[in-house]
Amino acid sequence: MTVNEFAQQQNLTVAVAGDLSREIGGGYCGDLLSWVMSRAQSDDCWFTVMGNVNAVAVSVLADCACIVLCENAPLDDEAKQKAEQQGVNILQASENAYTLAAALSKTL
Amino acid sequence: MSLITLHYDVPGDDFTRAGEASGNVKTHLKKLGFDPAVVRNVVIALYEAEINMVIHAGGGEIDVEIDPNQIRMVLTDHGPGIPDISLAMQEGYSTAPDNVRALGFGAGMGLPNIKKYTDDMQIETEIGVGTTMRLRVDVPA
Repeated sequence: MTVNEFAQQQNLTVAVAGDLSREIGGGYCGDLLSWVMSRAQSDDCWFTVMGNVNAVAVSVLADCACIVLCENAPLDDEAKQKAEQQGVNILQASENAYTLAAALSKTL
Repeated sequence: MSLITLHYDVPGDDFTRAGEASGNVKTHLKKLGFDPAVVRNVVIALYEAEINMVIHAGGGEIDVEIDPNQIRMVLTDHGPGIPDISLAMQEGYSTAPDNVRALGFGAGMGLPNIKKYTDDMQIETEIGVGTTMRLRVDVPA
């Protein structure tokens, strides 16, 4: 499933469209950046509430397919700018990480 | 491939730029065709070390040497030094202030992650003088 397909299926808002055709290979939930960076896998869909510039850096370094900001967590302007520069997909959702990860799990 | 050297100045207390060096090294390694697992090990270790410099040491310098068999990194800062390295190496131990924790850092994973993702890690530190960290990631034959 691509990032775009997941966004449409779950009615998620696309905050930054890096490459929405990217395939999602798995999912990871977490907000501690060091923890996520060392454990998230390439092509994971990362569910978090961290919408800062460092989360964008972690997504790039861990090679995540996208960041999903859960529970209407805000996306900083700086982070948005950085994500646009780096081609990072960022989606926004009102649901929590559990609900979205469960939904993703059914599609993979 | 001949030896490639890279140098970065890491500004202190600027979280918006933290990760630039790691990201740049990642771009180089990918272009050079290194195995994704090697690239991942290098950038995780380097990002942790880079963030540590920003959080604790007011910035510093990073030098990277890339050759086909290994990637070597030297991170030098003139921060306060690390009083107890064995304590800092324990997962979960952190001296990061609350404003840094609010950004998602300070989980006490920095040095343990660096050790986990490198083949060699040497730390020289002196209180009030600074810290030099030497890291090596080997490329499997």
